[in-house]
Amino acid sequence: MTAGPRLPRLDRHQALQFIAVVTALVVLLPLAWLVLRATGAGAEGLAWALRPRTLTILVNSIVLTVTVVAGALAIGLPFAWLTARCEFPLRRFWLIAGLLTMVVPSYLGAVTLLAAFGPRGLLYDLLAALMPLERLPDMRGWFGAWLSITLITWPFIALPARAVLLGSDPALEEAARSLGLGRWQVFRRVTLPLLRPALAGGSLLVALYTLSDFGAVAVMRYNAFTRAIYLQYTSSFDRERAAILALMLILLTLFLLLLERRLGQQRGGARLGAGAQRRLELQQIGRWRWPAVLFCALLVALGVALPVGVLGSWLTRRALFNVTAPDMGMLTATTASVSALAALAAGVLALPLALLLRRRHSRLSHWLVALTHGGNVLPGIVVALALVFFAARFLPAWYQTVPLLLLGYVTRFLPLAISASRGALESISPRLEEAARGLGQRPWQVVLRIYVPLARAGILAGIALVFLSVMKELPTTLVLAPIGTRTFATHIWSAYSEALLSIIGGPGLLLLGVSALGLIAILLRERQPGAAPGSGVALLRELPRRARAHALAVLVHLR
Amino acid sequence: MRTLAVLIVTLLVQSLTALPALAQDDILTIYSGRNESLVGPLLESFSDISGIEIEVLYGGTAGLASQIIEEGENSPADIFIAQDAGALGALAKEGLLAELPEDLLGLVSDPAFVSPDGLWLALSGRARVLVYGPDALEMAGLDLPESILDLTGEEWRGKVGWAPTNGSFQANITAMRQLLGDEATLAWMQDMIANDVQVYPKNTPIVQAVIDGEIAAGLVNHYYLFRFLAEDPSITAQLHFFPGGDPGALVNIAGAAIPLTSGQPEAAEALIRFMLGEVGQTWFTTKTYEYPVVADIPPSVQLKPLVEIETPDLDLSDIDDLQGTLDLIEESGALDQ
Repeated sequence: MTAGPRLPRLDRHQALQFIAVVTALVVLLPLAWLVLRATGAGAEGLAWALRPRTLTILVNSIVLTVTVVAGALAIGLPFAWLTARCEFPLRRFWLIAGLLTMVVPSYLGAVTLLAAFGPRGLLYDLLAALMPLERLPDMRGWFGAWLSITLITWPFIALPARAVLLGSDPALEEAARSLGLGRWQVFRRVTLPLLRPALAGGSLLVALYTLSDFGAVAVMRYNAFTRAIYLQYTSSFDRERAAILALMLILLTLFLLLLERRLGQQRGGARLGAGAQRRLELQQIGRWRWPAVLFCALLVALGVALPVGVLGSWLTRRALFNVTAPDMGMLTATTASVSALAALAAGVLALPLALLLRRRHSRLSHWLVALTHGGNVLPGIVVALALVFFAARFLPAWYQTVPLLLLGYVTRFLPLAISASRGALESISPRLEEAARGLGQRPWQVVLRIYVPLARAGILAGIALVFLSVMKELPTTLVLAPIGTRTFATHIWSAYSEALLSIIGGPGLLLLGVSALGLIAILLRERQPGAAPGSGVALLRELPRRARAHALAVLVHLR
Repeated sequence: MRTLAVLIVTLLVQSLTALPALAQDDILTIYSGRNESLVGPLLESFSDISGIEIEVLYGGTAGLASQIIEEGENSPADIFIAQDAGALGALAKEGLLAELPEDLLGLVSDPAFVSPDGLWLALSGRARVLVYGPDALEMAGLDLPESILDLTGEEWRGKVGWAPTNGSFQANITAMRQLLGDEATLAWMQDMIANDVQVYPKNTPIVQAVIDGEIAAGLVNHYYLFRFLAEDPSITAQLHFFPGGDPGALVNIAGAAIPLTSGQPEAAEALIRFMLGEVGQTWFTTKTYEYPVVADIPPSVQLKPLVEIETPDLDLSDIDDLQGTLDLIEESGALDQ
């Protein structure tokens, strides 16, 4: 190496931090602008935010969130118990089929529920054939929103709870039994405390999902924040109000995170004595088998069979008037390409952030990565609104372009890619890096030659998860998609709002099919030895331990 | 690793080519507050005939108007097609519209369908009506209402549908404000809500709901029913025009305007000329069943002639306080349902 003057160089750690700072800024600046804009409305804005009609929206959102969490617990916990601990017919089948409810986007769940149980839905047709009936009670409003969201969020509770039930030491419960406790007491005093962190983590996921869900509340016309924001944004001249509502929703979300932090304090259930943990034996539940089957069948019927069935029936439905059939090729190409671009961008950006997290000394790095989660916890409609406001003001050239849409997706789904890459990177020994550096490799060469190849599985899993999420995404796409750019989700949305059901069937089924394949692929990968921890369902299994960070990642995946 | 890289690069290249073209200068950017199913094919044929490339942003009329205001100088909109005179008037009031050439304005036969300042003009006419199912009415022992104001009566509880986020409905509310005052309009909306009015996102689902018997009647534009009838003549639903200059019998227009910031005013004018020409007007009369606005094209025979509709005494250019209407609708609680 020749001696000579050399420019001072960022060392690798600094370079990583630089990238992390830039990423965090890109994610956070638009949100900061949104907050500024909302607070800029001043006293008048505050008065508007505090008037009874606005507060009703707040109450609506809270009511919906609390009831959905309760509903998801009521379904998820028994489901976890049954599939983890009990012997009943077709146990494995119900497990997989039940989990498939997660792939149904909320807007599809809601429109198909409405088609089945609406005032003049399929159920009405059945009943009206038997007796005179004008119409069924309208399920729209709280009940419809509650049902649609509960039906797709209960796995957030069931999966982590099941992981705990499978992984906990049977000796604990046996000891309690031998000390004279009844079954119910054992559950209440031993099992439930063990489950508590998992339930708290799962409830947080359900609550965050509910607060940020747009599709179901819009279809069911329940005036929660997301719908109110969208209405203000699309049908009013006064856009400050949408910003004010968005700020209120941000505050509510932050409050929720704080609440979970306080309630979800971890309690240990570790084995202290010597000896290895025994495998669990499945319980025989005797004649309770049949109610168990009925329970699972009902969930699968409502959550999976119903959407597929209704969409299928729409396929053959005659178009009512000269509807131009959707250009499926174009629709598929657009959806696939925006999803692929967003997924790649997220995958690439996630790598430096995940690498930064490997150095665990830095407080700053943890904060930075934590901050990038912001875009993910926040509802899509809020992120989209922030970007629109920001771009209209500061980046006119970006306004209504694909890059801005991609930025919206990356903001929302980056944490997912970070978690997946991080899990994979953690299993790589630091000795490898030291050896490579010792052999004269540059830092970037180390990244390309050591980290990327070894963590490939995790990085790809992250990219795949982002792809699946973007494909189904509705609110961000609705607000940010440039003129003429249509994805499956926005196509379904606009067709539904014009009651053109015949052109929803195809894209809807395709969306469900691809998502289901994705989920199954991820589930199968899990079972391979050496699969990257941190991908897919492994995240769920780890929930109790690292509830917060990973919970967020899972949330995005399942959305 | 190598195959992966190849795969990724291929994907990238394919993605970029598959994405619709980003905004280019020689493309006519149309903001359409009218549904794609109503004007999409017409716009396509304009593009085919004229060779002018177009891109269309479909959205709600009020939302697009507010978007043009928000975008200001940066607005990519070269032409704005609205389903309501009120939104056009609101943009005119903001000083965002360019004056249209005399010869274009002169094509429209009724001077009431043109802005007094020549800032917007009508492309087609439409009447607000009550669509109803005769069977449902008979079953419930209901008579046709004399006025839109009668729909708050107990006998109509839960039987009427409306679409408070729809531009044409909002224009009707603006007209009611002009005719009855804000207070009475607000009270009417609140009484409707108290009377369990059923909410729909747009006009089409309302007509569908009436056909399905989900509701007995709904407040819509006149033409949606004809589109259903064209496919299925056995549909029994009918239209009721409120008599005697009732505020519910507003005759409104769908129209167009060219923003001052339009980068393609000539192409925009060509599009307006096309839509006011024989092809355009025939499309509106035979495909969307609206009223023509030029002299030599006859309306569809199925339609009640425009002159027979007893419209309220109102100037379309006066219904431009869209924001006031949106506030009032919001205040009434119609959006919370």
